[in-house]
Order: sequence, then C-alpha cells, then structure tokens
Amino acid sequence: MWMLRRRILQIVLYAFLLWQLAVVIYPLFIMVATSFKTNFEVLSNPFGWPQKLNLEGYRTVWELNNFALYYRNSILVTVVSLGLILALSILAAYGLARFQFPGNRALYFYFLAGMMIPIRLGVLNLFRLFLKLDLFDNLLALILTYTAMGIPFSVFILTGFFAELPRELGEAAEIDGCNSWRALLHVYLPLMRPALATAAIYHFIPIWNDFYFPLVFIKSDHLKTIPLGTAIFYGQFQTDWPTVFAALTTAIIPALAFYLLMAGQFIKGLTAGAVKG
Amino acid sequence: MLKKKAWEPWVYLVPALLFYTIFMAYPLFGSLAMSMYKWSGLGPMTFVGLENFRRLFLQPPFNERFFNALWNNIEFFLLTMVLQNAAALLFAVLLSQKIRFSNFFRTVFFAPVTMSVLMVGFVWTLLLNPSWGVVNKLLTIMHLDFLAKPWLGDEAWALPAIAFVNAWQFIGLPIMMFLAGIQAIPEDIYEAARIDGCNEWSLFWRITLPQLVPVIGMVTILTLVGNFSSFEVIYAMEGTLAGPNYSTDVLGTLFYRTAFSSLSGAPPDMGLGAAIASVMFTIIAMAVMGWFWLEARRRSA
Repeated sequence: MWMLRRRILQIVLYAFLLWQLAVVIYPLFIMVATSFKTNFEVLSNPFGWPQKLNLEGYRTVWELNNFALYYRNSILVTVVSLGLILALSILAAYGLARFQFPGNRALYFYFLAGMMIPIRLGVLNLFRLFLKLDLFDNLLALILTYTAMGIPFSVFILTGFFAELPRELGEAAEIDGCNSWRALLHVYLPLMRPALATAAIYHFIPIWNDFYFPLVFIKSDHLKTIPLGTAIFYGQFQTDWPTVFAALTTAIIPALAFYLLMAGQFIKGLTAGAVKG
Repeated sequence: MLKKKAWEPWVYLVPALLFYTIFMAYPLFGSLAMSMYKWSGLGPMTFVGLENFRRLFLQPPFNERFFNALWNNIEFFLLTMVLQNAAALLFAVLLSQKIRFSNFFRTVFFAPVTMSVLMVGFVWTLLLNPSWGVVNKLLTIMHLDFLAKPWLGDEAWALPAIAFVNAWQFIGLPIMMFLAGIQAIPEDIYEAARIDGCNEWSLFWRITLPQLVPVIGMVTILTLVGNFSSFEVIYAMEGTLAGPNYSTDVLGTLFYRTAFSSLSGAPPDMGLGAAIASVMFTIIAMAVMGWFWLEARRRSA
C-alpha cells in the first residue's frame, strides 16, 4: 500500500516537471522551427518540424538588417561596461573592506541602496545629463549608465569576498614591503576570480538584453544594439512570420548557447544577489 | 591593521563613488526635483511647485490614466505572485525530492531568465495571435475551442496573458531561490517530525513553509520591484499605448508615454513624467524599507 502510494506520488511529480519542461521548450521550438518554414507552411503545418529547411527568412534578415553591426555594438557596450564595473568595484570594495576610516559603514550602505532601486527611474535626469554632455545618441551614454547600475551589486559581492579572507594575508604582504596597491594586485586579485565571475555573469544578462536605455538614448541605426535593432525589424516584418522568427532566433540563440555552456555558473551568479542578501 | 594614511582608502573609493553618484544616485534623486518643473525635453525648465502632482492625482484625463495604471500594476503584481511565485514554490519542492535529471530540469527551467524580455514578448505575441497563433490552434485541436480567444486584444484577458508570459520567463529565478532555501533547512528537523508521525503534506505546512519565510519575503520584494518598474514586456506585446483601451497600462508604460512619446497626442511632458517616476520610486522605496524593517524584526526575535 505504502509502496503503491509512493509510486503514484512519483508519477505525479514527474508529470508536473515534464509539463513545465514542455511549457518552456515548446515555444522556443516553435520559434526555431517556424523560422525555417515557408509562409505557406506556417499555416498548413504550424506545430511540427519544417518539411525542409527554408533559409529565405534568414537571408532577408541578413540582407535587410545590420545584424553584424548590432552584434558589434552589443558586444562593445557589454564588454566595456563589464570591465569598468569590475575595475571600479574591485577598488571600491578593497577601500571599504581593508581600511578603517570614519564614514566607512555609511558609505557601504550608500552603495548598497542602489541595489534595490531600478536605475531606469532616473532616466529623465540621465537623458538631461547626456544632452548636456553631448553624449546623446552615443554608445558611451549606455556604457556610463550600465557601469553606474552595476556598481552597487558588485561592491556588495566583492566587499563580502574581502571580508571572508584572513586579514593576515594582506598584512603579511605589507610587512614584506608591498604597499596596499601591490598587495591588491599580487595577493588579492589572483584569489578573486570566482567572485569576479559571479559579478560579471550577474551583470552580463541585464546589460546584454537591455532595451530600455537604447530605446531612449540611441537614435542612429548604426549605433543600435541587438534588442533595439530587432525591435525595429520586428515592427517592419510583423506579418512575414518566417522572417520575423528568423530575426528573433538570431537574436536569442547566441546568448542562450552561452548560457547552456555555463548553466551552473549562470544560475549561481543570477541567484547570488537574492540568496546572499 | 597596519597604520595607514588617512587619504589612502579614498584613492580606491573615489572612482566608483563618482560614477555611482553622477550616473545613478543623482539621476534618481533628481527625478524628485524634476517633478516640480515643467519641461518638454528641450528649452528652459520652469518651476511649478506641486502642480504636476496635482494634475496627476486630481485632474482628468491624467488622474484617470494614473489610477488605471496603478491598479493594473497592482493586479500585475498579484497575478505574478500566483502564476510565477506560487508555481515556483511547487516546482522547487518537487525538484528538492530525489529525482533523476534534476540538473537538466533546473537548467531548462532557468533558461528563459537569460533571454531578452523584449524577444520573449515578441515570440509570445506571435504565439498568441488569434488567427495564426499556435496557442489557439492547440486549444482547437484539443477540442477546447471555447477557450480560444484573441488573448491580447481582449480587455479582460490581455493583462493576465502578459502576466503569464512574464511568469513563463522568470519562474526559474524564484524556483532557484526557493530550492536554495529548502536545501538550507536542516534534515534533522524533518527526521524529528517524521518520527512524530507527520506526513509529507504536514511536513510542508509545518516545516518547509515557515522556514522559507525569509526567502518568500525576498521573492515578494524582488517581484514587486520588477513589476513596478516593468515596461518591455508590455511594450513588446501591446505597444506604448498599452491597449486594448489601456487595459495593460502600468506605471512604467504610462511614464514612458508621458515623458518620451507623443503617441497619445500630447507633446512629451517630462515634468509630469518625473512625477510618475517619483511615485514609482516612493512605492518601491517604501516596500523595500518595510521589508528591511520586517527582516530586522524577524532576525532579532
């Protein structure tokens, strides 16, 4: 009796999980499958595999859309922003964790306050600021915004990291004649790789996918990032399904592949803020 | 700690401090100031005191749009709590059992979190399309035609449909948070309760759920912050007019329309937009502070 009950529970459990698996995967399958169909097949055979690979949609995307340029812009903005976030946050976290000075605690909380408030609520003043600095319609506007947005969480993670290391580590280096800068560079930095990876992955997703700030700050076609470029393309080709799904597939798949390669890291990184907080 | 010069920490702190202050803290608090001005985005700004708030709260059509968006936003939040977070708790409990392919399930459930909100919105808009969309066609095949509807064109169903899409994308995050919370509960509490004769059902209500209260609080506050600043999913599925008939308009879309677009007929009104952003800021900040206060009280208890 008990065994039977357990067996039934097991079946119900797997049924739920498999259902959710289908709910997640099937829409993505439809996206990819439709991108290879013809307009006719979209209507005659909406659910299954494409009968043969029709690359017309991808050709339209490639010819009529500056996807290569959008990718370049997205990569440029993401890489520079991540680099700045990490560099500035390492320094700030080091200053907060390894030095005692009046106002240390207050400063730490000042940084932390930015973790819970979405920066987009300040978009009007950013807009005004970038108009004044003549950075409107400039990728630098995005980089500066993303860097500021990333600092609170990285400072939080990295300060936590420094706090966990034994104090003697840096002190020993300093007794050996290292100044604090050399101690950071040669003693701490090599140990920080896991914490830096967590911070980088945490910020990679929102920066790479961001649509809001490009929508407000970028006007020229050659400066568009992937989400903004895809949005314009989507608007123009809404009724041509294979083409529009080809564009969406082109935009989604590379990041998705990157995720699948390092899923463990991503899950750890993206949940880190929540769990550690 | 070794003796150090007083200026030394500041060498490390100043760069991040400058960036963060100029491009984040100042713009955020500057929104509060800007809500006292009349500004179209170009030309001079005129000080008007609380006039923007008076218009927002009291003067039609602004107040109708504002309270409509506020209620829709609350509804969006409640729908997300059920469709996303309650469901996530169920899946986290299931995944915490000894099951095969656990890692595979986790990887797939989490995958949409890494995608662009905009793209997910576009994909689902096409899937929910009333004439060609797969969703209605599947319902027809399963002889559930009566459930098929023009989801995004129906005033009653558009917001729930968008909340579902939003939950579809982000459910992986609360699943992982609940899962981490469940795995942190010491096994011996369960053992003791089992010896006392508790079944799985009462184990969940008496141990798992109470132990998860901090995680539930965290998930709730993150959902609230996300929902009260969301924009992309509605922009992707219903455009900036948040149709049909403003039934999916939330504070984020109302803010964008007011401050940046002239789609609704009126020229951009940055002052009124700043007033809306200030309301969003206040809601989020109060919720976060309330949550901190509750957390502090719980921890000291």
